[in-house]
Amino acid sequence: MTKVIKILGTGCPKCQSMTGIVQDVVSENNIDAKIEKVEDIMEIMKFNIMTTPALVIDDEIKIKGRVPSKEEVLAFLN
Amino acid sequence: MFDWIQNIADWLVYDVLNLNKGQHLAEALNFFVYDTTKILILLFVVIFFMGIVNSYFPIDKVKNYLSRNKLYGLEYLMASIFGAVTPFCSCSSVPLFIGFVRGGIPLGVTFTFLITSPLVNEVAIGLFVGLFGLKTTIIYVVSGVLLGTISGIILQNLKLECYLTPWVKEVLVSAQREQDIFQAEKQTFKQRLPIIWTEVVKILKGIIPYVLVGIAIGGLMHGYIPEDFFEKYMDKDNLLAVPVATILAVPMYSNASGILPVVQVLVSKGIPLGTAIAFMMGVVGLSLPEAMLLKKVMTLKLIAIFFGVVTLCIIISGYLFNIIL
Repeated sequence: MTKVIKILGTGCPKCQSMTGIVQDVVSENNIDAKIEKVEDIMEIMKFNIMTTPALVIDDEIKIKGRVPSKEEVLAFLN
Repeated sequence: MFDWIQNIADWLVYDVLNLNKGQHLAEALNFFVYDTTKILILLFVVIFFMGIVNSYFPIDKVKNYLSRNKLYGLEYLMASIFGAVTPFCSCSSVPLFIGFVRGGIPLGVTFTFLITSPLVNEVAIGLFVGLFGLKTTIIYVVSGVLLGTISGIILQNLKLECYLTPWVKEVLVSAQREQDIFQAEKQTFKQRLPIIWTEVVKILKGIIPYVLVGIAIGGLMHGYIPEDFFEKYMDKDNLLAVPVATILAVPMYSNASGILPVVQVLVSKGIPLGTAIAFMMGVVGLSLPEAMLLKKVMTLKLIAIFFGVVTLCIIISGYLFNIIL
């Protein structure tokens, strides 16, 4: 099943580096996933988080406020 | 404590490079080598320590604590102290603001947190210890925390809710003191350590260029500008010096790590410490990029009031500093 990965962030450097890491992990491991970048603050607030960047996989918040390592992201996706 | 670094700097500049004491270039280089070494060591220690603190000190807990407990006015001080120990990326200021409002925390307390957080941060503390010594560092931290507390109380009493943007007002009305139980990331220290470590390296990498540029500017000023240059214009008796320094600082933006080495030299050239710290707090604490972000939740009028109150408090603390020291 295709996973839906959302990256919540207003566009700061940390958010961009999270996006890069997630994209790398998905393409390197041929994971069937759709990556969405959520930059609209109103949309972000619906997830009830206070620190960005946040990583949401299939509507579940996995990480907030920090940039994860590739290994962490891979573990969430497997 | 740092004598050995001075010895290394002396040896490198006077013996290895064979420059003469008293030469402008030699003095500038010596300052650069000494300051860079000292500051990098301090930054590393402080950032690593704060990384551990932060890993165990999540912001959600703070919000829940503040909204759940009746604190009889102490909540301002608590919010300020929390703000000092939790650094956050400035792009998180809007989500944080909304999160606090949604949690039923009064606007003034939320402002307190927003003010202290950029003002007093771990990088600045590390640099302060190295550049000005422990006593000044304590004064800086205490005054930063008090500044956030007092500004927050003033802002709360101004009844500013009507100046929020419409959608935030809605959030305010439906604030329900959510008791979302905080889900701590269940990790052992061993699991956390690599994460903390990567974060430390990333922070250091990010700020080292600023620090080096700051120290280089500082070193040049140290070596080439005559001792009493600034003293002529900005001494203690010049009552306009503090407000002028603060107001000049607001449109400028840098983080504490870039501006502190410059501040250090300003002080050594005769600018009173209070004036210099007011300048630094203006640069670090209030900035145009932050105002742009806050526009999403506040009307321009509220941003102006917010900046105005904080500027005023910075100016007052600058004067106080100059009187005390």
